[in-house]
Amino acid sequence: MPRAKLISLQLLVAVISLLAWHLLTTVPIGGATLLPPFFFSTPIDVAKQVVKWFVEGTIWKHLWITLIEALLAFVIGSVAGVLVGFWFAQQPRIAAVFDPYVKMINALPRVVLAPIFTLWFGLGIWSKVALGVTLVFFIVFFNVYQGVKEVSPTVLANARMLGMNDRQLMRHVYWPSALSWMFSSLHTSVGFAVVGAVVGEYLGSAAGLGYLIQQAEGVFDVAGVFAGMFVLAAFVIAIDWVVTLVENRLLVWRPVAAETRT
Amino acid sequence: MSEGAAEAMATRAPPNSTTAVALTDVNIAFRLADGGSYAAVERASLNVADGEFVAIVGPTGCGKSTLLNVTAGLFSPSAGRVEIFGANLVGLNRQSGYLFQSDALFPWKTALENVAIGIETAGVPREQARERAQEWLTRVGLATFGPRYPHMLSGGQRKRVGLAQVLIRDPKILLMDEPFGPLDAQTRLIMGNLLLELWSTDRKAVMFVTHDLEEAIALSDRVVIMSAGPAARIIGDWPVPLARPRDIAEVKLDPAFHRLHRDIWQTLKAEVLKGYAQSDGS
Repeated sequence: MPRAKLISLQLLVAVISLLAWHLLTTVPIGGATLLPPFFFSTPIDVAKQVVKWFVEGTIWKHLWITLIEALLAFVIGSVAGVLVGFWFAQQPRIAAVFDPYVKMINALPRVVLAPIFTLWFGLGIWSKVALGVTLVFFIVFFNVYQGVKEVSPTVLANARMLGMNDRQLMRHVYWPSALSWMFSSLHTSVGFAVVGAVVGEYLGSAAGLGYLIQQAEGVFDVAGVFAGMFVLAAFVIAIDWVVTLVENRLLVWRPVAAETRT
Repeated sequence: MSEGAAEAMATRAPPNSTTAVALTDVNIAFRLADGGSYAAVERASLNVADGEFVAIVGPTGCGKSTLLNVTAGLFSPSAGRVEIFGANLVGLNRQSGYLFQSDALFPWKTALENVAIGIETAGVPREQARERAQEWLTRVGLATFGPRYPHMLSGGQRKRVGLAQVLIRDPKILLMDEPFGPLDAQTRLIMGNLLLELWSTDRKAVMFVTHDLEEAIALSDRVVIMSAGPAARIIGDWPVPLARPRDIAEVKLDPAFHRLHRDIWQTLKAEVLKGYAQSDGS
């Protein structure tokens, strides 16, 4: 499909959805609107709210807080995941001992940890970072663990025949392999960092996009809730776009990355 | 006929030359998951002189590659002796280079980096290693392909990079496990000639495993035949009396080539059929 046609079709979907939403919430059918604006707001009100946030500039502070929380959660979770993933892959006995506990913690819905983190780290950003870390860590950890374990035996044998010692094996074989697995899960782990931040804010905070949505909900300001959702969606798409750029740079050696690049 | 050939093999060590690889009564067994063991190779004895090109031919699954892995030190034999230049092999065989059957290049390194790593591991500074790697890429005909990653190269080009990666280390013994197996016929011819050309400049001892008898005769000084597994043995050993330098495509037209091919095939055919019967029957 030509690019122009694709984009116009994609826009058409947005236009029709907004139009339907607008008509269903404003035009009465048989005496009553199908979607009462009290519960569904209207696209115009939502747009007004978004514009107001940006014009008044109040939104920037919340966006910034959420971004910082997500970034910190991503960095801390990734570093910890890489270190522990490497360690476990190199020490099968330790991995075996900890295996049931890792599975147990990973199976736990992380939302239940949020109150505990609030208790421990307060209402500031760190309780949200902690929640994000618990989400990011496991994704990175499992991928790095897999990456180290699944190095092709032939490549490994070749590396040894080329005279690599343990340190060189680590640097030239295990490390790049683990990183490639980690980068392939970059979209997921960055997404989860944002989820951790927003959910944490939603459950108790004084700033951030999650807080904004929670506040609006508290006073039945449905337009505010929808506006918050739209800003959040745009925010996540922007981050995803940055991740794609980073990914294409870092994984040039991979056939898949090369295909999406052209 | 095969017994006579095996006898001839045991005595044939070229005079006045050192023995690069000496395998004596090597048994190789794998432990199986159910606790038993599988004898892959039984009482294999093989001498490869320094500078000699030996091809090892046998039906699929006869343990040719296993024999190579034992010579490389990647796998320990369950019995028998492995000597490299007269010394017992302990651990990895540091004097050998190994060209693998499947892709063994590092996918996250460019062609140039892949070749350079062969000597960087030995402590050659990076800049110098890259310069020499570039020379080797030129020698294998990939002068301008240095910045490409393995997935951007064709199968034949990847084999060339692999060859450069191994040869840049200047190993005294070259072990090759069906290196040209996955390539198409024309590329195999070209790669074979390239290999002979590189080999003729400083003759290393070569153990070349293949299932292709024509390729074996065209390339080597000696063809060794293995029986079908399990418990594969070396059952034949033929010298190849063809003059060098050779062109692989042309040497196949030589009447001497045909005679030798017919002789060896007599022995090999029975083993190939046995090999098939086993893999089909079970």
